[in-house]
Amino acid sequence: MGGTRRVGTVPTVPGMTERLVVAARGQDPRSAAVTRAAATLGYPHLSIEVADLVLTDHPVGRALGDLLIEPLLQAADDAPGSTGVHTVDVVPRHGVTDPAATELHRAAEWTGEAVRATVGRRYRVRGARSATELDRVVRRLLANPVVERWTVDEPIDLGEPPEPAEPIVETVAVAGLDDRALGALNAERGLSLDLDQLRAIARHFAALDRPPTDAEIEMIAQTWSEHCAHTTFRADITLPDGTTVEPLLHQLRSSTETLARPWVVNAFAGNAGIVAFTEDRTIALKAETHNHPSAVEPFGGANTGVGGVIRDVMGAAHRPIAITDVLCFGSPDMASTPDGVLHPTRIIDGVVAGVADYGNKIGLPTVAGAVLYDPAYTANPLVYAGCIGVASTLDPPLTGPHPGDRVVVIGGRTGRDGIRGATFSSRTMDGATGEVAGASVQIGDPIVEKLLIDVLAESTGLFTAITDCGAGGLSSAVGEMADPLGAEVDLAGAPLKYPGLQPWEIWLSEAQERMVLAVDPARLAEMTTVCRRHGVELTDLGHFTGDGRLVVRHGSMTVVDLDVGFLHDGRPPRSLRAELPAPQRDVDQLPPANLDVAATLLALLAHPNIACKADVVRRYDHEIRGATLGRPLIGVEGDGHADGVVLAEPTEHHGIAVGIGVNPWYGMLDAERMAHAAVDEAVRNVIAAGADPDKIALLDNFSWGDPRRPSTLGQLVAAVRGCVDAAAAHDAPFVSGKDSLNNEYLGRDGQRHAVPPTLVITAVAHVPDLTRLPAAELRHPGHYLVLIGAPETWFGGSHLHLVRGTSGGVVPPPDAGAPARYRVVHHLIGGGHLGGLHDISEGGVAVAVAEMAIAGGLGAHLEPTDPATLFGEANGRFVAEVDPHDLDLIRRALPGQVTVLGVVSADPSLRIGEAVRIGPDDLRRAWRGRY
Amino acid sequence: MIVSAPGTNRDADVALALRLAGADPFVALVAELEADPGQLDRADLLVLAGGFSYADALGAGRVWAVDLRRHLGDALDHFVAGGRPVIGICNGFQTLVRSGLLPGGGRRAALAPNDGGHFDCRWVCLAPASTRCVWTAGLEGPIDCPIAHGEGRFVCDDDTLAALGDADQIALTYAGANPNGSMGAVAGLTDPSGVVLGLMPHPENHVLARQHPRHRAGRPGDVGGLGLDLFVNGVRHAKEL
Repeated sequence: MGGTRRVGTVPTVPGMTERLVVAARGQDPRSAAVTRAAATLGYPHLSIEVADLVLTDHPVGRALGDLLIEPLLQAADDAPGSTGVHTVDVVPRHGVTDPAATELHRAAEWTGEAVRATVGRRYRVRGARSATELDRVVRRLLANPVVERWTVDEPIDLGEPPEPAEPIVETVAVAGLDDRALGALNAERGLSLDLDQLRAIARHFAALDRPPTDAEIEMIAQTWSEHCAHTTFRADITLPDGTTVEPLLHQLRSSTETLARPWVVNAFAGNAGIVAFTEDRTIALKAETHNHPSAVEPFGGANTGVGGVIRDVMGAAHRPIAITDVLCFGSPDMASTPDGVLHPTRIIDGVVAGVADYGNKIGLPTVAGAVLYDPAYTANPLVYAGCIGVASTLDPPLTGPHPGDRVVVIGGRTGRDGIRGATFSSRTMDGATGEVAGASVQIGDPIVEKLLIDVLAESTGLFTAITDCGAGGLSSAVGEMADPLGAEVDLAGAPLKYPGLQPWEIWLSEAQERMVLAVDPARLAEMTTVCRRHGVELTDLGHFTGDGRLVVRHGSMTVVDLDVGFLHDGRPPRSLRAELPAPQRDVDQLPPANLDVAATLLALLAHPNIACKADVVRRYDHEIRGATLGRPLIGVEGDGHADGVVLAEPTEHHGIAVGIGVNPWYGMLDAERMAHAAVDEAVRNVIAAGADPDKIALLDNFSWGDPRRPSTLGQLVAAVRGCVDAAAAHDAPFVSGKDSLNNEYLGRDGQRHAVPPTLVITAVAHVPDLTRLPAAELRHPGHYLVLIGAPETWFGGSHLHLVRGTSGGVVPPPDAGAPARYRVVHHLIGGGHLGGLHDISEGGVAVAVAEMAIAGGLGAHLEPTDPATLFGEANGRFVAEVDPHDLDLIRRALPGQVTVLGVVSADPSLRIGEAVRIGPDDLRRAWRGRY
Repeated sequence: MIVSAPGTNRDADVALALRLAGADPFVALVAELEADPGQLDRADLLVLAGGFSYADALGAGRVWAVDLRRHLGDALDHFVAGGRPVIGICNGFQTLVRSGLLPGGGRRAALAPNDGGHFDCRWVCLAPASTRCVWTAGLEGPIDCPIAHGEGRFVCDDDTLAALGDADQIALTYAGANPNGSMGAVAGLTDPSGVVLGLMPHPENHVLARQHPRHRAGRPGDVGGLGLDLFVNGVRHAKEL
């Protein structure tokens, strides 16, 4: 390999490094996993072993050694390197959150050993054919340059964090800059601002007759970013014929106002939507995306995405009770990926591990979601995370902040991690994104956030306002809370992870697990006591003023002195042009009539979008709290899919249902109908879970391409129209939403690759009676299998096209009869007449029946054999298992909407017509993705 | 008393189980307990609840075990010597094993990463196996409850496993599928005195019939007994002292 190589850049100061390598006795499952992953990436000749690596600045004593090594399972490995085996040491970069080192320091204090430590991994790689190949494997698989440093064939040093620099406040010259110079400034600082916005900033400071400070310009960029200000959803939109479209956010907001459901407490304001299905409590709901960070650092990106949305619910003064996630990935069997893009298998592993790590450790059940695969998500994976929380209506209302209230930050310390995340999220990615985005990515510490939940549960009444530190950090949190009052804070007292942060970095850092509170000075001592009890750090940064100015100091230096009005209302309105799509809605693209029904059904079941997701769902603790009464996995073997999940306090008799609707394949053809279908699917899922159709709240999450392209914005306009129409049809209001735009990758070839329009709808609904929850499985041989809904189907965006490699056609239109049907279905569930019920979505009737058969361990005999009935897709439909005695009653209740499909059989085979019989083993094998 | 360390997260679940079993539970933060170990005298029964104490950094339960040994070792030994029941669930079990309280007589066993290689959440069926253990004595039927752990594979040497069997210290085994590759399908252990129970699964998440995934959809025979039965036993023993 020709000498030693140092790949990561480590500014080292000579010092002592002790290295303890802890290897598993016998086979370490991680070694097999990483060797397998290397083979997937095209390096089947490599064999890789992994061990833990602990670096300390003193030799480890007996007590600490005993902590680090479990002799029954592990041994210290001091074997020297051997020929043909390369050693790769990987540790976190300085300043990246390192919980293992934190705990090691804590334990070292107890054992009386003052050590400085970091914890990483040592890999031994056999079979590398060249230094270049090894370097590629390290970068693609063993280490992530964004958050880790490494050495090859040279023991890694503990190193020293960079020498702290003196804090300084710089000014940025904007006066007299022409458009070109403003553009250059925009690019240099990664501000992601429009030219109009840059001009407005220049004008503002010209009028003040002074240049902005670095912190001011960063703060304005953050506050005005697409991510924080939703500039597109607030923009004036013009169509080619000169007509204007009402801003999208107004449309969604006014649709909710028009519906005027009495149980909506808070919609489209604050950190989360809030509803009150019962008198004693309110429920907060929020869903977020964390797409860009998950693309460059899948574990950390997904991890902090979950942490962030949980804080949103805490920031709405609710106690989190459950998590949801929707994940969109490239195809795992993809041979190569574009420049600078991680392979989908690596992204999938990292994202699932990141969600599991945060949710499991913080102690919340991860209950509902979806996992979708499409090549269109290769360079732009999508990670949606949602959170639901509860609060008592007896809690004192939050009335602040009031002038004089203290600005208090609680939780983790501030580091250089996550600088400029808000502006980073608002830009297009390219081959170099992973390199330049380093500081934008954070690693979470779920235990700290768990302690924050505990602190907030004990401090009701001690604060007057609360918000979370998310994108934009203190700048965003304090900036929003100080609107319109104003505030004065001093950053010199902010607790830092390490010295040397510049004031603007402290102000903008998106270091995780922090909340900002407004606290009446008279209650500060009590608040401090609660925090101390739980070992949570509290810092008093300053106070809210009332003069409408936001003043930030660092000791004697003025870092920011801005008019709150300019900050929040000085952003020039954005004007955008849109071209509405003209989807094909006339002639459907039908499959051949002589389709091989058995092979097609098995291919559908095995398609990764449809196949069993138990391998992902079981990585998440969905049982904690004992409140998940309707589970994501159901059936005799616990590997069937439920429609919606049901959560209820274990001792109560009512609860909530959560359902998800998403279908980007509809979106590729017809964004408006996709939106309608996604709302209908989410609603249908909660109905099938037993929810009351008159108490359904919705969340929208849009992931889209660059809205400055008129056709892309046109699809967004069409989708919002679909959302608004569907909300009105179902009488189900939107209470919160979020958009993630610019999900694009600029290839080296100059081609832009945008994600397909991907709208995720989350429905959260009241379940009045837990004794009548339907089950999405077959249970009674001899009962009828019945289609509830219209018999007409469509194939545009269908999974039948996906498995056949065909495309085109008409996306299913809204079903005008669905809302009334759902109310009757709910009534029939309450009467005990619909105990077995499953939503029909991707893959149509045949897939829905097969799923119920697999879950229930029974079979069925279906009469229809035509592809349209079996595999066509439509809105508003269920398969139900119906007692023969109930059939007439159900037919009368749903006139013209009930079609008998067949009967349930004790024989666990699935028979379709007289010619097709699929045995249970074949069904289950396909369901497990092996076909 | 339920002892909670930073990262413990099933304390509320176990509090419900104890209430339903007739106890009057309260949560003590480990740091406060260490500042005033006398609090232990006021407890009749001790729970180390599940979760990720100290983030499970460096291995599950390891830091908490050092913490307990260093700061509460004598008080804990005294508690157990008095015959008062102790239960460690999941992370609590891992901690009791690391600290040597289970199975007793030095560190003779360990809980290793699951043979599946990662965290796993699913329902399992448990067979009570010890008449010595005050928590399982008299229980006949299988108990159904979920597991939710990444490091639950019970490991010891063959002699230790045989000795534990001979001493009636294997309190619970996995009946049917062994979810993590545990030796001897061991799901829970008791100490030589029978008052300390440690187990990986979560009986506190099956204390009401409707918490069972097959409660409504299942056919007769699908549904095993409540995890509550273990807590009823433990609370009864504590009250009889």
